[in-house]
Amino acid sequence: MLSDLVQYAASGVTVGAIYALIALGFTLIYNSTHVANFAQGDFAMLGAMTTVFVAAAGVPVVAAGILGILAAACAGLLLYRAAISFAKNSSVLGLIVLTIGAAIFLKGVAQIVFDKRFHSLPAWFGTEPIKVLDATIQPQSFVVLAGAAVIVFALVVFTKKTLIGKGILAISQNQLAATLVGINVTTIVTLAFVISAAIGGTAGILATPITLTSYDAGTLLSLKGFAAAMLGGMGSPMGAVIGGLVLGLVEAFGGGLISSAYKDAFAFLAILVVLALRPQGLVGSFVRERV
Amino acid sequence: MLEVKDLASRYGRIEVLHDVSLKVEPGKILALIGANGAGKTTLLKAISGVQPISTGTITLDGKPLNKVQASERVKRGLAQVPEGRQVFGGMSIEDNLLLGGWTSSATNVQADLQFAYETFPVLFEKKDLLAGSLSGGQQQMLAICRALMSRPSVILMDEPSMGLSPLLIDQVFAAIELLKKKGLAIVLVEQNASVALSIADDASVMETGRIVLRGTGKELQQDQRVKELYLGHA
Ligand SMILES: Nc1ncnc2c1ncn2[C@@H]1O[C@H](COP(=O)(O)OP(=O)(O)OP(=O)(O)O)[C@@H](O)[C@H]1O
Ligand SMILES: [Mg+2]
Repeated sequence: MLSDLVQYAASGVTVGAIYALIALGFTLIYNSTHVANFAQGDFAMLGAMTTVFVAAAGVPVVAAGILGILAAACAGLLLYRAAISFAKNSSVLGLIVLTIGAAIFLKGVAQIVFDKRFHSLPAWFGTEPIKVLDATIQPQSFVVLAGAAVIVFALVVFTKKTLIGKGILAISQNQLAATLVGINVTTIVTLAFVISAAIGGTAGILATPITLTSYDAGTLLSLKGFAAAMLGGMGSPMGAVIGGLVLGLVEAFGGGLISSAYKDAFAFLAILVVLALRPQGLVGSFVRERV
Repeated sequence: MLEVKDLASRYGRIEVLHDVSLKVEPGKILALIGANGAGKTTLLKAISGVQPISTGTITLDGKPLNKVQASERVKRGLAQVPEGRQVFGGMSIEDNLLLGGWTSSATNVQADLQFAYETFPVLFEKKDLLAGSLSGGQQQMLAICRALMSRPSVILMDEPSMGLSPLLIDQVFAAIELLKKKGLAIVLVEQNASVALSIADDASVMETGRIVLRGTGKELQQDQRVKELYLGHA
C-alpha cells in the first residue's frame, strides 16, 4: 500500500511539473495582456514534435531539442506579431478566441508537416526504473522535475532581478505608467510571448519520453495548464507552480485510489471546489487596479 | 522647448480638444488651469503620445513628435507625472525608480537614484516596501522621482497636489521650483490654481477643450474672471 502511495505521488508530481510549466506560460501572457492563451499546450506539442522529427533525421537529440524550443518560440512570436497585436482593440474574449483559433491552426499544421502517429523521445538517462520505498520511478521523472525547477528558478530571477523582467511586471500592473517611463509595450509583450512559448516547448520535450506526443497533444495540455493556472490563481507564477503540482497529484491519487477512468474528472472537480471556496485561487490575490 | 500647435484630439467621435496651442521654454513653468473635464489630462496624454491626436503638431526642441511613439518620446526627453500618480503599486519603491530609468544608462540610474533618496529620505527608508503601501503624498514624491529618472528636459505634471495635505503641497511645489531652477521646462496642470499661478511664469486657462485665456502667472492672478472661477474670491 505504501509503495502504491509513493508511486502515485511520484507520477503526480511529475505530471504536475509539466502542468506547472504550461501554467507558467499562461501566467506570463496573462500578466502582460490579460489574455488566456489557449495555444500554450500547442507550443509544447510543437516543441516536442519538432524535436522528434529533427532527431529522426539524424540530428543529435540535444540540437534537435534546441531547434524544437526555437520552433515553439517562433510560433509564440508569430501568434503575437501576426495576430494578437493586430487585434489589440478587440475585447479580451475576442483575443482568447483568437488563441483558440491559433491552437487549431497549429494542430492542423502539425498534422500536415509531421504526421498523425504517437511519438516518443529517448529518455535522457535510460528507462531503468529507480526503486524508492518499493515504488518504481522512471529516471525521466527526475529530469522533468529538475528541468521544471531550473525553469521556474530562472524565470523568478529574470522577473525579479533584471530590468526587462521588471518591465514585464510593470506592464502587467499599469500599462499607461509603463509607457510613460519609456517601456515599449509591444516589444516587451512580444518577449513575454516568446518566453512563454519557449517554456511551453521545453515542457513538451521534457514530458515526451513519459507521456508521448502527437499532433493533437496540445489541446489537453492547454486545458490542464489553464486549469492549473486558475487553481493556483491566474497571474501568480507561484500559483501556477502550486496549481500544477496539486492538479497532477489530485489526478494521480484520484486515478489510483478511485478509478483511473475518471482521472480528468477529478482534476476538474478539484478546481470547481477550490474556485467555489476561494475564487482568487490557492495563492492568488485580488489585485485592485488603481485608477 | 516644447511647442504644441492647433492640436485636436477625440475619444471616438467626440472631439475633446480643439485648436490647443502652447509653448514652454527651459527653466519656465507653464500653469494650465481649468475645471473638471476641461481636457487638461487629455492634452498631457496627447503630448506624451498615449492619446491619439487628429490634427496639430507637437515639437520638442524643434523636432516634430507626431510620428514618434510614446516610449520613444521619453528617450527624447519628455516625461510625465500622470494624474493619480500611477505608481506600480505591487512593486517596491526602488523598482519603481529603476523602471523610471528604463531609458537611461546604468551609471545615470545609480546617480539619479542617489539623488532621489537624498531629496526624499522617506523613499530611501521605505525603498524595499511596496509602492502601494505609501501614503498619497509619498506616492506623489515617488511618481515625481520616477519621472525624473529619465533625465527629462520637459516634464508634464498632472495635478501633483491632488489629495495632499497643505504641508505636503508646499513640499511638492518646492520640488517643482527646484526643477525649474535646474532648467527643466514644466507644464503644470492644477486645480489648486492659486499656488500654481503664484509659481508659474506663464499660464493658460482651459475650458471645454479650448484655451480661453493666457498670460503670465501674475496677470492671471489679477484677472477678474480667473479670480471668480478658479481662485474662489471676487
Ligand atoms: N477615456 C475616455 N473616453 C471618453 N471620454 C473621455 C475619456 N477620458 C476623458 N473623457 C472626456 O474628455 C473630456 C476631458 O477629460 P479630461 O480628463 O482630459 O479632463 P481634465 O481637465 O483632466 O479633468 P479633471 O480636472 O477632472 O482631471 C471630458 O469631457 C471627459 O468626460
Ligand atoms: Mg485630469
